[in-house]
Amino acid sequence: MVTDQVSIKQKAVWAALQTVMDPEIPIVSVCDLGIVRDVDEEEVIITPTYSGCPATEMIGLDIRMALDKAGFDDVKVRTSTSPPWTTDWITPKGREKLIEAGIAPPVQSSGSKQGLFSDKPNIPCPLCQSTNTILVSQFGSTACKALYKCGDCLEPFDYFKCI
Amino acid sequence: MSNSSEALFNFCLRLGDSNLILGHRLSEWCGHAPILEEDMALMNVALDLLGQTRVLLTYAGEVEGKGRDEDKLAYHRDTFDFKNVQLVEQPNGDFAETLARQCFFDNYHYLLLEKLSVSSDQTLRDHANKALKEVRYHCQHSGEWIVRLGDGTEESHRRMQDAINETWCFTGELFTDTAEDRELAEAGVVALPSSLKDGWNKQLSAILSEATLERPEDVPVPAMGKAGAHSEHLGYLLAEMQFLQRSYPDATW
Ligand SMILES: [Zn+2]
Repeated sequence: MVTDQVSIKQKAVWAALQTVMDPEIPIVSVCDLGIVRDVDEEEVIITPTYSGCPATEMIGLDIRMALDKAGFDDVKVRTSTSPPWTTDWITPKGREKLIEAGIAPPVQSSGSKQGLFSDKPNIPCPLCQSTNTILVSQFGSTACKALYKCGDCLEPFDYFKCI
Repeated sequence: MSNSSEALFNFCLRLGDSNLILGHRLSEWCGHAPILEEDMALMNVALDLLGQTRVLLTYAGEVEGKGRDEDKLAYHRDTFDFKNVQLVEQPNGDFAETLARQCFFDNYHYLLLEKLSVSSDQTLRDHANKALKEVRYHCQHSGEWIVRLGDGTEESHRRMQDAINETWCFTGELFTDTAEDRELAEAGVVALPSSLKDGWNKQLSAILSEATLERPEDVPVPAMGKAGAHSEHLGYLLAEMQFLQRSYPDATW
């Protein structure tokens, strides 16, 4: 049965990809971040998070190596930018892992388009869950994160911005 | 190249070069910004712009069809072949001048990408839909600083107003239509630059009034960067940015 074989191969490719971690947040897999968009018997389609994300090439290389190691050297890796990556594609497991890493996951759906001067969303502190937090800078350690500070436990933390 | 692909090639250079030169200017702040958070913010904006440049220059090279890639276009062209608007090549000045330049460009960039997101050209459409998500944060960042400094202390207000006044003369070029712009608009590639002006004025008025700053009078447009006429500043910038490729052509590492 060809279809069964295909799905077995796809499952095995997905399983191999689960071991590939984001280079900047190494406890979250590239699958849970929504960077791996699709897998079929011939190719893995990946998408960059930000246009200038310096991790994009490394992620492509890590995926290539994981595929080769699992014996899928016939599976190609293709980059696609349309539709553009959105934080909505981060899986529930990915969101949990972000909190574990001390990073607040995105709070809004990217569909709720904010105006240029709209009110900032209320971000709960990933360490003590307090919502008494303030935005320190719209750009944190990387373009995908903003820098916040908790008013209760006083810890600074990263927030994964909605895009 | 046919006329229409030449217009498309030049458009990709105009936006790609503007992103590249502005990104380079911002990167000159690395290690020098007033506070650490701002150092990181400016570098992140620069990185977004550089990433967007790569898409546009790569596509320009494909449209041209002479085998030039993004690096050839960025490093092996001279001043008069650069098509960036003059606004972005202006030196950083103080932090207020950097922010005035940035705020003027960000708001123009956002409106341009909105038009481009429904372009008849698929590559530009895809690019715009991705870049819009990033530029929205650039607009917030520069706009909020203008408000903070304008509505801040007496000195920050004065310096922000001076910066707005000094930089304003370079905004006229953003909305000036050329024959190629009209050709591209007819083909549905991108709306005329002049059609962005009302939206830009509205956004700038909102920012300036919240910042308690005065909007300067419009002045006649000086020479056009997008036609290849540049201020002396661009030559110095390129000399630094292109140094390695000029001294060691096609070096890789
Ligand atoms: Zn806390």
